[in-house]
Amino acid sequence: MTVVLAIIALVLLGSAAAAMLSRNLVHSALLLAVSWLGTAAFYLWAGADFAAFAQVIVYVGAVSMVVLFAVLLTRQNPVGDVQVEPASRVRLTAALSVGACVAAVLFAAVVSSDFRPAPAQAPTATVKQIGLELMGPYGAALLIVGVLLTVALLGAIVLAASEPKRNPEDAP
Amino acid sequence: MISAAPESFLERLPLLAGDLIARVVPAPLLWFVTSLIAIVAILAIFGLLFAFLTLAERKILGRIQNRPGPNRTGYFGLLQPFADGIKMLIKEDIVPRDADQVLHYLAPVVLVSLALMTFAVLPFGRHLVPVELDTAVLYFFAAGAATELAVFMAGWASHNKYSLLAAMRALAQLISYELPLLLSVVPVVMLAGTLSTTGIVAAQGGWKFGFIPHWYVFTPWGFAGFLIFFTAALAESNRSPFDLPEAESELIAGHLTEYSGFKYALFFMAEYFGMTALCGMGVTLFLGGWQAPCAFLEVIPSYLWFFAKLLTLLVLFMWIRGTLPRLRIDQLTRFAWKFLVPLALINLGTVAFWHLTVGWGGALQLARWALALVFVIVPFVLIGRRLSAGVAPRTYRYAP
Repeated sequence: MTVVLAIIALVLLGSAAAAMLSRNLVHSALLLAVSWLGTAAFYLWAGADFAAFAQVIVYVGAVSMVVLFAVLLTRQNPVGDVQVEPASRVRLTAALSVGACVAAVLFAAVVSSDFRPAPAQAPTATVKQIGLELMGPYGAALLIVGVLLTVALLGAIVLAASEPKRNPEDAP
Repeated sequence: MISAAPESFLERLPLLAGDLIARVVPAPLLWFVTSLIAIVAILAIFGLLFAFLTLAERKILGRIQNRPGPNRTGYFGLLQPFADGIKMLIKEDIVPRDADQVLHYLAPVVLVSLALMTFAVLPFGRHLVPVELDTAVLYFFAAGAATELAVFMAGWASHNKYSLLAAMRALAQLISYELPLLLSVVPVVMLAGTLSTTGIVAAQGGWKFGFIPHWYVFTPWGFAGFLIFFTAALAESNRSPFDLPEAESELIAGHLTEYSGFKYALFFMAEYFGMTALCGMGVTLFLGGWQAPCAFLEVIPSYLWFFAKLLTLLVLFMWIRGTLPRLRIDQLTRFAWKFLVPLALINLGTVAFWHLTVGWGGALQLARWALALVFVIVPFVLIGRRLSAGVAPRTYRYAP
């Protein structure tokens, strides 16, 4: 089982690193999807079926599409290879400082969390239990997330729909 | 409810085969051998089904259009699919010079493998489920959602702006119809209380008065859900009248324009696999899976019932293809967002009502049916009228 975990980790980290290093933005986005698949494989390895398949539906199915659409719609020439301009000192310092901030937040979170010794037997949660937990104790959180996403969706629609109507005569 | 009579030999055949394998193969290798056999069986059965579906489609479409269809290769044209396969194999494989070689190659492979993966969780018979998963329904739709990436890869890697535009349009369609597809499945999961496909089929067992099966399609919410599922499945598998991504007569096959030879055939293979898998899911969710329609018909093995229902749905797909004209892209997305999604959301309320009134008996039972029917029909009529206001019914004037 450790060998499987090592392979999954290699795919996950390797694809993430390749996504960062690739000069082609579309390749980066697709490699990011591969790394999300690796995360799902890790969940499967850990016995969390529900989280794994939800990860695939949400990240590989939907979020990757959002990323790809964003990449293609913000480019002048979507068909040509989407290249990133070469590195400069400003970009380097920005990347390093952002990376340091994220690392600091993650480090603080890891240090401050309280790790209890794992039980001898891995907990087995069925989908039914997860559903009951989500609807019972975590019902409020679920509703708040739902409202938040609805507001975001409405905001996106308002932004997209409020473009002033073009005069058909001065069309390009 | 489940008959106590011993199951027939044919019914227990998969179990017996499993026992035989377990006796022959050493225990440490057993999981490997059984999965391998399941994979080979799925590839062989659905590969052959794909071959003959193409033939059946051409024959049925031919008959609908008043022509015989292929009838020269073999008796009744039965060898036509194999001739087509050989033709596709020996065709030149052309890759555009500027195409992204790796992605251009990977796109059809990813698409076919994802389409094949969905078969793993369908319960083909009482003792015939390739993989028993607690989260089977979620797995099925996860594999389906990932196919969108393959469509994008095909369009982008071709390095052709028309391919890319067509891929974007195909994605818009796939994402739009994913929503009603998933929303129409939620009621079934709600009422069956499980995400496992075997559990959902088991929940639909038994008969009312001995002859009306407890399939979900025979309830008001189930009927509405099945129609929404069926329509969304048509769109998800790029079938007419939603075959805009390919639209071979107008768009020279959209995101497939730069593909040739066997890679092109692979895309169609994936389309047929996806269509078959979605039909199988529809049978499992709404049509009682492998359950027989009447108690005395249980002598026929369960897997034959499953395939009979599956083929019925597939022929229905072909019939629709021969009947309805293709939609425009704005009609297509409007139909999904303004008609199917609201109806599927209302259906969630209907099933909640159905679930809460499960204890109503006698005259209240009639009231339960009447109220549920009202919840289904009234929104359908109201939303349909609003959607078609000013558009339909049309009056056509012909030249005298």
